[in-house]
Amino acid sequence: MEVELRVYATLRKYLPAQPLGEGTLFRPEPGTSVAGLLELAGVPLDQVKIIMVNNRHAGPEHVLADGDRVAAFPPVAGG
Amino acid sequence: MVGKILRVNMRELTVRYEDLPDKYLLFGGRALTSALVADEVPPGAHALGENNKLVIAPGLLSGTTAPCSGRLSVGAKSPLTGTIKESNAGGITAQKVACLGIRAIVVEGRPAGDGFHLLVVGEDEAKLLPAGDLTGMGCYRLNEELWKRYGTKSGVISVGPAGEMRMVVAGVSTNDGEGHPGRYAGRGGLGAVMGSKGLKAIVVRTDKAFDVPVKNREAFKEAARKFAKAIAEHPVTNAALPAYGTAVLINILNEAGGLPTRNFSDGQFEAAALCSGEALAETVQKRGGKGRTGHVCHPGCLIRCSNIFADEKGEAVCAPVEYESAWALGPNCGISDLDHIAVLNRLCNDVGLDTIETGVTLGVLMEAGVLAFGDGEAAIDLLDREVRNGTPLGRILGGGAEAAGKLFGLTRVPTVKGQGMPAYDPRAVKGIGVTYATSTMGADHTAGYSVTSNILKVGGFVDPLSPAGQVDLSRNLQIATAAVDATGLCLFTAFPLLDVDYALPSVVDMLNAQYGVNLTVGDVVDYGKEILKTERAFNRAAGFTKAHDRLPEFMRHEKLAPHGVTFDVPDEKLDEVFNF
Repeated sequence: MEVELRVYATLRKYLPAQPLGEGTLFRPEPGTSVAGLLELAGVPLDQVKIIMVNNRHAGPEHVLADGDRVAAFPPVAGG
Repeated sequence: MVGKILRVNMRELTVRYEDLPDKYLLFGGRALTSALVADEVPPGAHALGENNKLVIAPGLLSGTTAPCSGRLSVGAKSPLTGTIKESNAGGITAQKVACLGIRAIVVEGRPAGDGFHLLVVGEDEAKLLPAGDLTGMGCYRLNEELWKRYGTKSGVISVGPAGEMRMVVAGVSTNDGEGHPGRYAGRGGLGAVMGSKGLKAIVVRTDKAFDVPVKNREAFKEAARKFAKAIAEHPVTNAALPAYGTAVLINILNEAGGLPTRNFSDGQFEAAALCSGEALAETVQKRGGKGRTGHVCHPGCLIRCSNIFADEKGEAVCAPVEYESAWALGPNCGISDLDHIAVLNRLCNDVGLDTIETGVTLGVLMEAGVLAFGDGEAAIDLLDREVRNGTPLGRILGGGAEAAGKLFGLTRVPTVKGQGMPAYDPRAVKGIGVTYATSTMGADHTAGYSVTSNILKVGGFVDPLSPAGQVDLSRNLQIATAAVDATGLCLFTAFPLLDVDYALPSVVDMLNAQYGVNLTVGDVVDYGKEILKTERAFNRAAGFTKAHDRLPEFMRHEKLAPHGVTFDVPDEKLDEVFNF
């Protein structure tokens, strides 16, 4: 299956070739979780605070489906 | 004596100091501005008339060594909303006012004739001077001129041409340590109130920032040290905010489908990344020169969320460019060019406009076809020529989003109690919708920042797309925020306050040590509730009912992409927010 990962803020250093505002495609095994995808991408899970799958909050255990869009953020805030 | 009130009578052009009444001992910031407005302004007063008062108050901890305690509250009856209003800003002036022993400046009356004045407040005296030569000046030139006259350590509170013309989108500017006028008590048209008083600026002359007397110095020092540790240890306040500024929120709100785009017609902006905090930080680094991230707005700030945005030559354009402004003047107008956004932001600072109300009004005018979505040049021209010069079109923008919606016969007008909504669509971030609907201030995100739990997972998680749990979330945050707004602490200390167990007790310990009192953590909640009750009572007397605690109708039936959601927190639940 194919999924897209976008990393933001301080996580961008783990996918330095990813243009801002675009995703990077990965082809993990079916049944892979968000945590598995992040491992595959080399993004340390302990630096990830917020995960969204298809624009909804999800946990690292969330099992991905073909075509999913995953976004990962470190702790961020503002206002 | 627990401090002074400086009363400035603009009818008689007199100033006098009086002792702060004992009943106000523990009132600072928003608690004091709201108490004085409620006690002294008739709820039926015209906001631009003789009987309204502009109240300026540093927080309870401002002027001490408490970290991040430099907020300045400005209050009055709002000409935009008709409600009581408090808007607060960073910058260097709150600490200076506090160090002069002044707990509040109350500007009252209205001049019989035309003409503006300047209030100069020094160590021993305050005086009003004619300011005819400063009239019409934008805030950048005005700040330069006032620093030339009174020194570069002066705090400056001012209005631009929009405030002079009593436009209800006008804010009150304060300066940072470099003399940029970009720290704004922006919301609610308080600049128009200051303009209606014939007051162009207030200069506060002292070098001091940390000299407010503290009763128990050792206990205060220990509590301040603990609070500083909580701020330093929290990953939001020690990493994301200094590196990217508050605009780091652009991408996450866009991912969550809650970034209002093109006048709240979409929840995602296709070019969001181009105007995000990440893009801003990368641009600033690449260009060098005077641009920087990790900038402070006042001495003693440990968070450093501010920035200076520079142009391609490295010359400073605007400090700061922050999330709400970047969104209002960017995605909400379909504009993604950071240079256009920074120039628009600078123009708001110069002409004296609230960036949020200006951006929301521009969005409405773009929907009306007055200018096109995405046309940054036309927006720049509108602010720089029409608004600055008070042309009829400029005054249409100066009347705010709700008035513009009425003038052009539109129904998609994102306001509550007449105030434009900030940078979170309440259909996809329902907790903030509850705050917009019910806040004593109109649509105001800071009044109860439910985005924390809805989006950022600070202080727990409440699903932003479900109506469940949003009323409790908003109520608790509105109460806590009212209390924080009284202390002079930056609202961003709320992130450690929500997550670090010893943070709130250390704030209470600082207050106890400073004022020689024995507050408990439980008292803080009661304190916040009292502020809200005072404000609600004023609004009720001014004619507001639960029918005003509602979002605009289109948000109940117009579905927001990408989630296809409407705002579905029931009205009767909204009416439970103030059930205490």
